[in-house]
Amino acid sequence: MTAIQLTPQDTVERGLALAAAEGADGCVVIVAETSSANLRWANNTLTTNGAMRGSHVTVIATVGAGEGTATGVVSRTAVTDESLRQQVSAAVATARAATPAEDARPLVDGTTSPDWDDEPEETSVTVYEKFAPALGETLQRATNESRWLYGFADHEVTTLYVGSSAGLRLRQALPRGFVSSTGKSGDLSQSAWAGAATRDFTDIDPLALDAELTRRLGWASRTVAVDPGRHATVLPPAAVADLTTYLFWQLDGRQAFEGRSVFAKPPSGTRVGETLSSKPVQLRSDPNLPGLETFPFAVARSSGASQSVFDNGLTLSATDWIRDGKLETLMTSRHTADLIGATTPAPPIDNYVLSVDGATGTTDDLVAGMENGLLLTCLWYIRMVDPQTSLLTGLTRDGVYLVENGEVTGAVNNFRFNESPVDLLSRIGAAGATVPSFSREWGDEFSRTATPPLLIPDFNMSSVSQAS
Amino acid sequence: MPDIDESFLALPRHELAEAALQRARDLGATFAEFRLERIRSESIALRDSVLESASDGEDLGLAVRVVHQGTWGFAAGVALTTDEAVQVAEQAVHMAQVSRPINAEIIELADEPVYDDVSWISSYEIDPFSVPRTEKVALLTDYSDRLLKADGVAHVSVHVASVHECKFYANTEGTSYTQQRVRIGPDITAFAVDAETGRFDSMASCAPPAGRGWEYLTGTGWDWDDELAQIPGWLAEKMAAPSVEAGVYDLVIDPSNLWLTIHESIGHATELDRALGYEANYAGTSFATTDKLGNLKYGSPIMHVTGDRTAEHGLSTVGYDDEGVAGQQWDLVKDGVLVGYQVDRRMAKVNEKLLGTARSNGCAYADSSGHIPIQRMANVSLQPAPDGPSTEELISRVQNGIYIVGDKSWSIDMQRYNFQFTGQRFYKITNGKLDGQLRDIAYQATTTDFWGSMEAVGGPETYVLHGALNCGKAQPAQSGAVSHGCPSALFRGVRILNTTQEAGR
Repeated sequence: MTAIQLTPQDTVERGLALAAAEGADGCVVIVAETSSANLRWANNTLTTNGAMRGSHVTVIATVGAGEGTATGVVSRTAVTDESLRQQVSAAVATARAATPAEDARPLVDGTTSPDWDDEPEETSVTVYEKFAPALGETLQRATNESRWLYGFADHEVTTLYVGSSAGLRLRQALPRGFVSSTGKSGDLSQSAWAGAATRDFTDIDPLALDAELTRRLGWASRTVAVDPGRHATVLPPAAVADLTTYLFWQLDGRQAFEGRSVFAKPPSGTRVGETLSSKPVQLRSDPNLPGLETFPFAVARSSGASQSVFDNGLTLSATDWIRDGKLETLMTSRHTADLIGATTPAPPIDNYVLSVDGATGTTDDLVAGMENGLLLTCLWYIRMVDPQTSLLTGLTRDGVYLVENGEVTGAVNNFRFNESPVDLLSRIGAAGATVPSFSREWGDEFSRTATPPLLIPDFNMSSVSQAS
Repeated sequence: MPDIDESFLALPRHELAEAALQRARDLGATFAEFRLERIRSESIALRDSVLESASDGEDLGLAVRVVHQGTWGFAAGVALTTDEAVQVAEQAVHMAQVSRPINAEIIELADEPVYDDVSWISSYEIDPFSVPRTEKVALLTDYSDRLLKADGVAHVSVHVASVHECKFYANTEGTSYTQQRVRIGPDITAFAVDAETGRFDSMASCAPPAGRGWEYLTGTGWDWDDELAQIPGWLAEKMAAPSVEAGVYDLVIDPSNLWLTIHESIGHATELDRALGYEANYAGTSFATTDKLGNLKYGSPIMHVTGDRTAEHGLSTVGYDDEGVAGQQWDLVKDGVLVGYQVDRRMAKVNEKLLGTARSNGCAYADSSGHIPIQRMANVSLQPAPDGPSTEELISRVQNGIYIVGDKSWSIDMQRYNFQFTGQRFYKITNGKLDGQLRDIAYQATTTDFWGSMEAVGGPETYVLHGALNCGKAQPAQSGAVSHGCPSALFRGVRILNTTQEAGR
């Protein structure tokens, strides 16, 4: 018997019908169709490339009613009519054998997306038809000028189909892309970096990226040794995104409520309502932000922290996490919102905007206003040292510059830092305008960010890193 | 000894491979390789003894990589039909053609003997996927309860990840193999919260992930009863422990902590792709550049580090790698000097003279059919001294120092010089004896200074294989599992930070 490949819509309908026939009380089927194409280069030549297609199906079966509901979750790639039957059976059987789920809630009621019947959207290597030749030109130019280029370009389109036994039929296609490029001097002693997120590569100019790398490598014609310590430091939007993404991941409501995060308030409660910054700082997510569009409904393939498989399809709306410097909302599922006494659930949203009201100007403007200090490029290898204070450690990477009297006057050594992004909010010296940014450390997985450049008067550089 | 899973053997692996490789040949590829891979995974999580989530997944697909007019091309697909195999081969060739203008190097591969339709299975007893979910959840609930019911424990998190990996590989040189590997990674952590001060802390099991089956969770290779009985006491002592005074201390480091320092400061630093710059835009490069091979003093003369893909229960252990190269063992650091790298077939060929051998040491790996094989880490291990001391003897040689157990936070720079690590437990050593726990500790050093300060390594009885399931590398990002064996070891004069002071408190 030849197995039949199913369309995403057929997979959803058949999956739901099979689950009902097996006696499941509820079912959610999530189909993700992805296609991607990437180019990677190093030492002025291509190193790897790829064009991938993937299909991923998750079946969540529920058995029992109300709070006594148990679930079975089974995911597969490469689904055929035959394997889907096995997959649904496994999910229902698992749910039958399971104890009731703590986060059980009624499945989200259904609306149908107007484009439900549309085929998945796709990308392919042709997305690089203009980018690749221009990139080739910069690689050739770098060779001629004794510089080295290293980088990666990735473009991916995911089309999600979410259907449930409660009538939900949601479809959403979402492109995601980025380029990240490192330049080194011919003797490898100096390094610079530039990166950007994009939806379709039409707004990415390899020649302009190369010009920025060349400008930065030019700053390094003079090198200066600077000791560790607390320095006045300008963090460009990329470095601010490196730190803010980690802060964003700490915003879990249950963790705080249970007393084990920086947002906990002893003896029991959270710091919601507390002032984190005297400046009018806003941290906000909104699935419909122009340029940062993300999935406008909750998608959870497993339960945990602030997400629940029962919440699949829940409409996501604009959420203020920090408003006017005050902690406003922590992330919750319907279940954990009840647990911590939040009025409405606030599931995670896959983008954020950090801004300071009234702040204008660019990174260069902040540099121009600084008498003596450091300008960073980006941060790297950021890890939690102490969750009590959200103390993070990490390193500066690919370009730290000395600023004297408002001008970059040379390149300095790299540093290891120990800093808390929550604490930094209370120590903002000056901020610039918020712009789309690309986190060096987390951008590959969390690319939809907008952040301002920030001046921190006393950024804690713990020791020197010899890396160059 | 388990067999290769029948349902995987039932897939038309030879037919798919032949269709793909033939199409690649017809289109002019000078080399082509085919992978069919099925990865089953299961994740079970409990929060305070309540099942939070349990899910299982299966990733099944095929991939073709070609060398066409001297350029790599890679493509992957999910439908297991000969039509799809042919189409993926065509896409791989197309990818090579599009990439040709930005490729400045003709791709050639190091020779490897041909292995004709061979099989290999990793060393485990019980396939985790053969154990009923309810039985697994019951065991984990029991483990969680033992901690949650103890005094001073406010919360407990339990997570177990299991992986069952089947791979079929074939290339145009005539090699083909079928390989099955199983691995499992338990994470069990107890949390304490002081309601008055708001201080919280945690104590995690030191049980490493391992290339073992479900038997590992029931006591083969780890003494759960003993460790679970001790964790609440260790946590209570940590909550009451004094904060460390920042400064310079002698350290005795347990294998449960030292493995991660080895991983970051030796494992990644001796990856030749990093030393050559291929990871410069992402994971980073290495200070251990090729001009230093044979002369870099990596550490003290007692330092002997090997790379292997052969250690029993090792997470990076294979029969054959993702380029059809057999698993091997070799030296990376000998008598304290850098003497080797981890390579794949292309790097072995290009750097034949430098490396003094024309053969790859088998470090090509892709984490799924959808990803490109790249150079990934072997099991990189610090060898014990044949008649070396026990951990207690090492501690007895320290007047004023710290004994560090268990890993926690880790960070290292893009060239693998400057690192900072924390741990689960830090015991003050006073006049050669343990003197209670300390807290708020991180150790910070530069790689060659740190390994140069290693005065003694423990004997074989102190040697333990630890490791990680989730090492990240490459773009698109790939996850790798790798083990690191090491003895306890003594280091003189290492910088200790007080992390509360670092936070400006």
